[in-house]
Amino acid sequence: MTGEPVLEIRNLSVEYGYDADAVRVLRDVNLTLHAGEVLGLAGESGCGKSTLAYAATRLLPPPGIITGGEVVFTSTRDDRRYDLLTATDDELRATRWEDTAIVFQGAMNSLNPVYRIGRQLTDAISAHRPEQSARQRRDRAAELLDMVGIPADRLRSYPHQLSGGMRQRVMIAMALALEPQLVIMDEPTTALDVVMQRQILQQLADLRTRLGFSVVFITHDVSLLIELADRIAVMYAGEIVEDATASQMYRTPRHPYTDGLLHSFPPLHGPRQELGGIPGAPPDLMSLPRGCTFAPRCRVALDRCRDERPALTATAFADREPHRRVACFQHEREAAAIPPSLTVM
Amino acid sequence: MATTELASSDQSDVVLAAHALSKHFRLHRGRRRLHAVDGVDLALRRGRVVALVGESGSGKSTVARLLAQLHPATSGEVRLHGRPVKVRAGRRFRAYARRVQLILQDPFASLNPIHTVRYVLTRSLKIHHPGIKGEALEQGLTDLLTKVHLQPDRFLDKFPHELSGGQRQRVSIARALGATPEVLLADEPVSMLDVSIRLGVLNLLSELKNDMNLAILYITHDIASARYFSDETIVMYAGQVVERGDSETVTQRPAHPYTRLLIASAPDPDNLAAAPETNGAKGEPPSLIDPPPGCRFQPRCPRATARCATESPPSFPVSGTQEAACWLFAPAGGNEEVPR
Repeated sequence: MTGEPVLEIRNLSVEYGYDADAVRVLRDVNLTLHAGEVLGLAGESGCGKSTLAYAATRLLPPPGIITGGEVVFTSTRDDRRYDLLTATDDELRATRWEDTAIVFQGAMNSLNPVYRIGRQLTDAISAHRPEQSARQRRDRAAELLDMVGIPADRLRSYPHQLSGGMRQRVMIAMALALEPQLVIMDEPTTALDVVMQRQILQQLADLRTRLGFSVVFITHDVSLLIELADRIAVMYAGEIVEDATASQMYRTPRHPYTDGLLHSFPPLHGPRQELGGIPGAPPDLMSLPRGCTFAPRCRVALDRCRDERPALTATAFADREPHRRVACFQHEREAAAIPPSLTVM
Repeated sequence: MATTELASSDQSDVVLAAHALSKHFRLHRGRRRLHAVDGVDLALRRGRVVALVGESGSGKSTVARLLAQLHPATSGEVRLHGRPVKVRAGRRFRAYARRVQLILQDPFASLNPIHTVRYVLTRSLKIHHPGIKGEALEQGLTDLLTKVHLQPDRFLDKFPHELSGGQRQRVSIARALGATPEVLLADEPVSMLDVSIRLGVLNLLSELKNDMNLAILYITHDIASARYFSDETIVMYAGQVVERGDSETVTQRPAHPYTRLLIASAPDPDNLAAAPETNGAKGEPPSLIDPPPGCRFQPRCPRATARCATESPPSFPVSGTQEAACWLFAPAGGNEEVPR
C-alpha cells in the first residue's frame, strides 16, 4: 500500500499576522505522505487543515507567514528532491502543477467565469509544455474531460453553463492535466450532494488506479475518509492529534477528540442510539489553553492535561500499531469501543 | 392524486398541513416557469418531527418558505389547525408568525451583527407578547436562554461575533421560541455548524420538542441525520415528493429508486465491503423549467420503463405508512414488474 515518502512535512509552523498579535495557526506539524497513498486530513473548520495544505505548497495568502519547518518533496519518477519552502520562484513555477496539483475548495470560485472551459484547461498545459501545438493541447483537454466523464463538446462551455458537479470534475481534470505525482484536494465534494459526491469519488478512485498519484484529501467528514483514505490525520486547533490507518482510527480511536468526532455522525444503519457530539466549541486560537488544547472539552481530562501539552508520539501499543501516533496522555485508556452490532456487516 | 394515509389517519394532532402545495416561479417576466415545488402534501403534528430530505434544488427550502407564508403558493393550501391560511403582511402575518417560526441555516447571517443577544431576544418577546416589560421581560430573557442551554448572565450582553456557530444557532432558536410557537420550521439548522456540535443542537431541538410539545419540520440533505432526529421522513426530488414513511422504514428499506440511490451514496464506514448500488446511476437532476411529463427521476433511473417517460406516477402504498411515487409500486394489473 505505501511506498517511499513523497511529501515530508517537518515541524511546519504558520502564523497569521505580522506583529506581536500574530496567531499561531499551525504548531510544529509533522506529516509524511507515501507514494500511492491516500492521506485524509480531517478536522473542524478553523483547525488549520486548509492552512496546512496551502503552507505546504507555498500558496498561503497574506497575512499567513510560514515561520518554520521544511516541506521536502521527493519525486518518485526521477531522483529530484527539494525543499518546497526554500525553492526559488522559478523552481516553484516549474514544479507546480507538474509535481503537485491542487483541487481547490469550491469549484465555483476557482474557474474563471469569462473564459471557456477549454481555454482554462489548455492554459496550464501551454505554460508547462510550450513545445506542444495548439491542436495537441486541445486534444489533451478533450481527453481530460473524457477522463472525468464529461463530453468533449463542453470545452466550448463557460463555467456558468455547467452544474456544480461538472465544474468540480473540470477542476479535477485540470489538476490531472500534467499527470502530477501528488494531488491535494481541499474539500472537493463538500458543496455537492451525496449522489454527485459518490460519483466523483468513484471516478477519482478509478483514475488513481490508472494514473497512480498520491492524494491528500481534506474534509471535515471523517466517515467519508474512513471509506476513502488509507491513512487519516486528525487535526485540532492547529495540531495533528492522531495519525493512524483508516481502519485503526475507526475501530479503536485513541484520542478522545477522534472518538468524539466519530460519534458525531449518526449512523445510517444499525441501532438508533442517542449520540452526544462533543460538548463545548473549538477553542479560539488567540487564547489557547496552556495544556492540551482539547482538555476543556475532554471527558477524561486529568489535571496533567490542563498543565502540560502532550506531544504527538508513538503509542504504547507500538508493536501492534507501528505507524500510529497520538497526542494524548491517556491514549492507553480503553477507547469507547464501537458496539459490535454496528460492525456486523 | 392519492392523499396520504398518514395525513388522514389522525387529524387531531395536526397543527400545520400542506395540501397539494405548488410553487412555480416566473422567469424574467416571460412565460417560462420554474416548477420549484409540485403537489406536496405534508402534515406536522404536535410533539413529532418530520424530516424533509433532498438535494440542493429539490425544493425543500421552498416548502419551508411556503409554510412560513413568505411566498404565496401557486396552488394548493397551507392549513393551520385545519383552517386554510393565506397571509401576506401586517397584523395577520404577525399572528401567524406567533404560531409558526422559521429557523434559518446560517446563524452567521441570520443574526444582526450590530445588536446584542439581549436586543434580539427582547424584540422577539416584545413583538409576540405586546406590553411585556420590567421584571417579566427580564424573566422571559432568562428563560429563553436557559431553554437553549446558554447561561443568561454570560450571554445576554454578547454580540453575535463573540459567539461560536453553535451558540449563535442556539440564540436564533431562542429567538424563535420567544414567540412561543406551535411549529418550528428548521431549514438545515445544523449544516453550517462544525461537525462536533451538530448533534448538540439536534439534541436540543429534540428536547424542546418534548418539553414544549412542538411540531418540527426538519429540512436536511443528510438522510442519516433525518433517521437520527425525525419520526417521519419525506424524500423530495426535483420539486416532488418521491417517498415518505416513518424514518426507520424509509432509511432501512427504501423503496423508490432515488431514495435507494441516496442511501447507497451516503458514506457508511460500517459497510465498506458492500458494493454501492450507485454504479448504474449517472447524470444529474433535471431542469425544473417547464419540466416534461413523466417521472422526473426517469432519465437517471436504472429501472425506468416506457411508461415512466410519459406518465407521472402518483403515490402508491408500499407497506404500512410507507409510500413511493413510482410505477414499480403500482397495484398488480397496472404494471408488469413486481418490486422486490
